[in-house]
Amino acid sequence: MVLSMKWLSDYVKVDASPKDFSDRMTATGSKVEGFEDLGEKIKNVVVGKILQIEKHPDSDHLQICQMDLGEEAPVQIITGAQNISVGDLVPVAKHDSYLPDGTHIKAGKLRGLPSNGMLCSLGELGLTAHDFPYADEDGIFILNEECTIGQDIKEVLDLNDVVVEFEITPNRPDCLSVIGLAREAAASYNTPLKLDAPKVKGAGDGDKIENYVSVEVLDTELCPRYTARVVKNIKIGPSPKWLRTRLRNSGIRPINNIVDITNYVCLEYGQPMHAFDHSYLAGGKIVVRRAGENEKITTLDDVERQLNDKMLVIADAEKAVGIAGVMGGQNSEINENTKTIVFESANFYGPSIRTTARGVGLRTEASGRYEKGLDPENTLPAIERACELIEMLGAGDVVDGIIDIYGKKQPQAEIAFDAGKINKFLGTDIPEQFMLDTFKLLDIEYKNGKLYPPSFRADLLCMQDIAEEVVRIYGYNTIESSKFVAESLVGKRDDKQRYLADINTLLVAQGLFEVRTYSFISPKYYEKINLPEEKRTSVVISNPLGEDTSIMRTTALPGVLEALSTNRRKRTDVCGLYEMAKIYIPVEGKDLPDETMTTVIACYGMGDFYNVKGYVEEILSMSGIKKYDVCSEKNNPTYHPGRCANFTKDDKVIATIGQLHPEVLEKYGFDLPVYAAEIDTEYLLSIKNTVREYKPLPKFPAITRDLAFICEKSLEAGTLRRAITKYAGNLLENVTIFDVYTDAKLGDKKSMAYSLVLRSPDKTLSDEDGDKVVKKVLSGLEREFGITLRS
Amino acid sequence: MKEKLQALRAKALDELSAITSSDDLSKALEEFKVKYLGKKSELVAVMKGMGALSPEERPIMGQLANEVRGDIEAAFSEAREKAQKADLERKLIEETIDVTLPGKSSPMGRPHPISAVQTEIENIFIGLGFEIVDGPEVEYDYYNFTALNIPPDHPARDTQDTFYINSNVLLRTQTSSVQIHAMEKKRPPIRMISPGRVYRSDAIDATHSPMFHQIEGLVVDKGITMGDLKGTLELFSQNLFGEDTKIRFRPHHFPFTEPSAEVDVSCFACGGKGCRLCKGEGWIEILGAGMVHPDVLRRCDIDPDEYSGFAFGLGIERVVMKKYNIDDLRLLYENDVRFLSQF
Repeated sequence: MVLSMKWLSDYVKVDASPKDFSDRMTATGSKVEGFEDLGEKIKNVVVGKILQIEKHPDSDHLQICQMDLGEEAPVQIITGAQNISVGDLVPVAKHDSYLPDGTHIKAGKLRGLPSNGMLCSLGELGLTAHDFPYADEDGIFILNEECTIGQDIKEVLDLNDVVVEFEITPNRPDCLSVIGLAREAAASYNTPLKLDAPKVKGAGDGDKIENYVSVEVLDTELCPRYTARVVKNIKIGPSPKWLRTRLRNSGIRPINNIVDITNYVCLEYGQPMHAFDHSYLAGGKIVVRRAGENEKITTLDDVERQLNDKMLVIADAEKAVGIAGVMGGQNSEINENTKTIVFESANFYGPSIRTTARGVGLRTEASGRYEKGLDPENTLPAIERACELIEMLGAGDVVDGIIDIYGKKQPQAEIAFDAGKINKFLGTDIPEQFMLDTFKLLDIEYKNGKLYPPSFRADLLCMQDIAEEVVRIYGYNTIESSKFVAESLVGKRDDKQRYLADINTLLVAQGLFEVRTYSFISPKYYEKINLPEEKRTSVVISNPLGEDTSIMRTTALPGVLEALSTNRRKRTDVCGLYEMAKIYIPVEGKDLPDETMTTVIACYGMGDFYNVKGYVEEILSMSGIKKYDVCSEKNNPTYHPGRCANFTKDDKVIATIGQLHPEVLEKYGFDLPVYAAEIDTEYLLSIKNTVREYKPLPKFPAITRDLAFICEKSLEAGTLRRAITKYAGNLLENVTIFDVYTDAKLGDKKSMAYSLVLRSPDKTLSDEDGDKVVKKVLSGLEREFGITLRS
Repeated sequence: MKEKLQALRAKALDELSAITSSDDLSKALEEFKVKYLGKKSELVAVMKGMGALSPEERPIMGQLANEVRGDIEAAFSEAREKAQKADLERKLIEETIDVTLPGKSSPMGRPHPISAVQTEIENIFIGLGFEIVDGPEVEYDYYNFTALNIPPDHPARDTQDTFYINSNVLLRTQTSSVQIHAMEKKRPPIRMISPGRVYRSDAIDATHSPMFHQIEGLVVDKGITMGDLKGTLELFSQNLFGEDTKIRFRPHHFPFTEPSAEVDVSCFACGGKGCRLCKGEGWIEILGAGMVHPDVLRRCDIDPDEYSGFAFGLGIERVVMKKYNIDDLRLLYENDVRFLSQF
């Protein structure tokens, strides 16, 4: 909402600088986005009279003008314009003057002759033919205004106005008007609001509105009130300057007197108005009804709109002539031949207007107001104001009589007033008298301990609403900060939050950077990681911004890989990233997906497969998960079939790790191997064991036995380790592999060397005890795998 | 014999003082020890001759022999100690390193700046007795809108362009939805914050992202006032931005709070004088807040005549960008390690 301060001064006297006014209005709840002094940029431009015109001796098109600028001597100015004559009054930018676009005009020479300024066109003053319809847009602006020679052009053209732009919240449609903001300003400055009811004389010729039009409202729910008046003998023409200026300063383009009046009243009263050409209303009827299914109408903007039976239309006896509250129809538009008009000032049900506007894809000034819910009491003053302006402008004769179909009146809200309760709720000490004064300024009626908000304040329904009214005028910043005294509660992270924080700490300590990627992805991302079809079922966004962000991810891997490849493209040599976040798994028969925690790691240049494996092992160790299996996984198409493994517990996968499949690497454009891990963090949470119990430190020393075996290359270290553990028995404290070795001599075999740590809780083990264990292990391995000690 | 012993002492002490300047002092000392204090030393040889002495002389000579031995030993120990000290000193000099060479470490990664700031904010509220609550991101329309006084076709829906899954399910546009879940599950006193991802249909540019992070806060108890809201946010702001931080409330409208306010903090870069960060205002808008609307409480079966509460919400990205003076939101989602490693 753009407010002209001059217009505002019709209603309230505010003696404050634009900055102070903006600050005060913001502080009381009408947020100011900014303000602009419209004439500020124009400096030193005055009215000049052309005394003499000569041709420039050295030019075909330049003319030398001697100008009377109200100074002692005439001033010589050279111009290229041809539309001027001696005696014309024109705007003159004098030496050292400024124009709205920032141009600085200085005296100079044109083709050798001095020129001490510039004659201005409309455009050079920041205006258009809409502002001054009589002026020639292509030449110098020949003034047809009451003015004196030498007078500042800003005064002459009414450019010395300040406009303030407000951000009005949707609960205050009443403030989308000059009067609404004037009321707020009056309350903010504790000063009276001058508001007179409009006065319409009427034609008084015995003619009556009933001779022209009848109105029938078929849906009073969607149209609580419909008010109409008729104006005859219409003389379409431009509006007077003051009206055009106000519209222009409020950001509305002047069109003609009738259209301008509807726009003016809308800005002033906040009530959208429409004018129909009476001659196009078949049967002289206005019927407010729901549209027929598939009914069509071409709106004023020349677009055919398809309607349905949820939408309200204004119709005549035969056809729709407007979409109620959204836009009029082309078929009843006023034009230069219009003789009689019907003014509409109606109230429509907000949510229905919003649905309709969205349905036809047309949001207008009117619909934007209606959808917030307007005051039905406002239709009559607004239409009266329109007719008053008709008479003031001499634009036509207002036919006597008003048609006003007003169904059920809105019940007035009644709120109990208790100053103590309000102060207790706010934590303030605002005097009761201040509250009562504020109510008066805001038109809230106080009677017998009860408050009755005005009809234009449908947002005031309960004590809390009243508390806000009081405290916003009193000043939000007068509220004293307090620390609430309450039952003490333990603030803490829960078990899950602490655990996730621990994993974060661990991964960061491993040199990995945490990333945040979008939860929604492109379906193409699944293709990029070769994800099997059955895992691609995702929650689909019905109105995405684009395909790139159209589905909710079921895996965070592709997002992290995108980030990783971005880093690679930017020539980062070493990069390790992880993301811990939710994935969204659709569940058959449920409205909402399962949102489960996942952790994805991806890296290059930070070692190999075993480094990534190490990250997962560290997490498992921290999680107190001692028993788990690691098996090679050959059928996961995201990964290299020979370099992929699953960590499992109770046959459920905890994590998948591996080197990315060459196809996947190629799709992301990686030029080096990338290793990744996908960890089912939600499953980890369910099996973690962070309860620790102290085990006594060993009392007796351990002995070690190192064994190197020759075996088939295909035998996995993990398999052999499990077998050693099985055969060694309970003296085995730990077994670790310390060497894997192949060479030409070994052929298709390999050597693996293990170190066994043996210990007894009861005694110091002897060599014989150790040998016994080794013997058990060797015979077991020979039986199971046919492998022997390396000689 | 007496003369022999005394001569021996003199000779040993002379020799000892002579060898202190030898090149290989420890070897020379070893040889000295064998020669004068070892089993085959001259002293031992002399003492073997004691058997030939008279019983009267024997103890006198014995004592003298011991004295001589003691003197040599003492001198030897002193020399050896000196030698060891000199050795150590030489070794320390030899072992001198260039301490200005760069250090070795296995470099750490970093939490994402959004996480870092989120954790910082969480810690402040944990200190104030708040718990942290998570809520669904794919959410019913009811929790995101209707329960928060934004019924279908309410104009306030236009201020948050929404991604829909279907007419009933959407991607939450605000963490305020968690307020409702929390109040449905728990009875007052409630003191919670809920950080998380939210989604709005805004195209990506320097200040907009279709996904971003918010933190919602909610307190419901008996006798909670707007002053308490202000006090809590003041405490929070001072902890996050510095103890001199001031806050300012501006009236605003949120359908689910009444009264509602936008909250500014005094600019932490210039202290309120006005600078580039605060665009000359001296204040930075950081929060939305208000007293929980009685209808919202009622809907969660909490009696607004008995209880009152306040709620607030802030955008984490906004805090991150202001705190680190980042001018382009997209940097936060590009995840370039050269950016991430700066925090």
